Amino acid sequence: MLPPAPIVDLLSLRCGRVACLSLREPWDLPEWRLPPMARLCGVSPYLTVAGAVLAGGFLFLAAMVAGRLFAPAAPTTAKLTTYECGVDPVGQGWAHTNVRYFLYAFLYVIFAVDAVYLFPWATVIRSADLGMASLAEMAIFIGVLLVGLAHAARRGLLRWV
Amino acid sequence: MPRVGPITGDAPRPIKVVLNWGRRYSLWVFNFGLACCAIEFIAASMARHDFIRLGVIPFAPSPRQADLMIVSGTVTDKMAPAIRRLYDQMPEPKYVISFGSCANSGGPYWDSYCVTKGVDQLFPVDVYVPGCPPRPEALLQGILHLQEKIVSETLSNKAIRAKYAGSRRAAAGEVTRPLLTKPESAESHTVGEQS
Repeated sequence: MLPPAPIVDLLSLRCGRVACLSLREPWDLPEWRLPPMARLCGVSPYLTVAGAVLAGGFLFLAAMVAGRLFAPAAPTTAKLTTYECGVDPVGQGWAHTNVRYFLYAFLYVIFAVDAVYLFPWATVIRSADLGMASLAEMAIFIGVLLVGLAHAARRGLLRWV
Repeated sequence: MPRVGPITGDAPRPIKVVLNWGRRYSLWVFNFGLACCAIEFIAASMARHDFIRLGVIPFAPSPRQADLMIVSGTVTDKMAPAIRRLYDQMPEPKYVISFGSCANSGGPYWDSYCVTKGVDQLFPVDVYVPGCPPRPEALLQGILHLQEKIVSETLSNKAIRAKYAGSRRAAAGEVTRPLLTKPESAESHTVGEQS
């Protein structure tokens, strides 16, 4: 059964304001709103995620075990030396990087780590007891991040990335 | 102690056939292009004589990801330790094709003061491709020959231990024989003996 075209479930809006649009718990969603894999088996999405993680872990284990069972191993001193185009390796494995690249980490924290915290917040904003409190907390959190973003903008970091 | 994996070592014949088939059609080449034969190697990897259709993927980024080394070109005495080190760094099972007469036996430089007369002085070679330079078709023939060799091979603990017995376990620097004795230090020289 196909979902209706609009993304927003208009029938479930209680007040018509933008703040009421939200995700609901998976077990509250109607059948056609579930993500495709869960819809397929009729199981909870958490079980699907667990299954995907287990399948990935199993594939990794299978590959490593197959390597142990099939591959020859003949470690010698020369074989274990660091590869440096056939000559004796000099120096350490660590190399110097210019410290100015910390700005990439800075912008990453602002955008990506921030987004990670926004997703679970979206699931609780509709709840009666946590909603408004979480909104206030998240406003403080985003405000702190915006200070950082303003600093980056003042430094001209957002002009070319 | 060098060993072959438990399944590979005592596998029944059908499994050996499958494993040999896999090994023979998935050779990743660490090409050692030293001189003019490298151009023929490159020609063999390009469109007209493509060796990728034989399963040989060119240009392994490091010896640790390669199972076939094609030494194409003159091996000088200066380069020899590097080649030896790179061969040592390839994981088992590994194969070597010596491409061109310089790598086979020194070739036109058989009389030179600084050429290693044949790369088989450094490590064992599986297939020799003669020519100066050999045509790309000759390299394809050599690869086919190597693939036939792989079909009939058996990896065993005994073979791998025999290969790494003795000097093969040592690094290149360890097997160099000191040709000169170290000079004695200055204070031990006595100008005149006091009798």
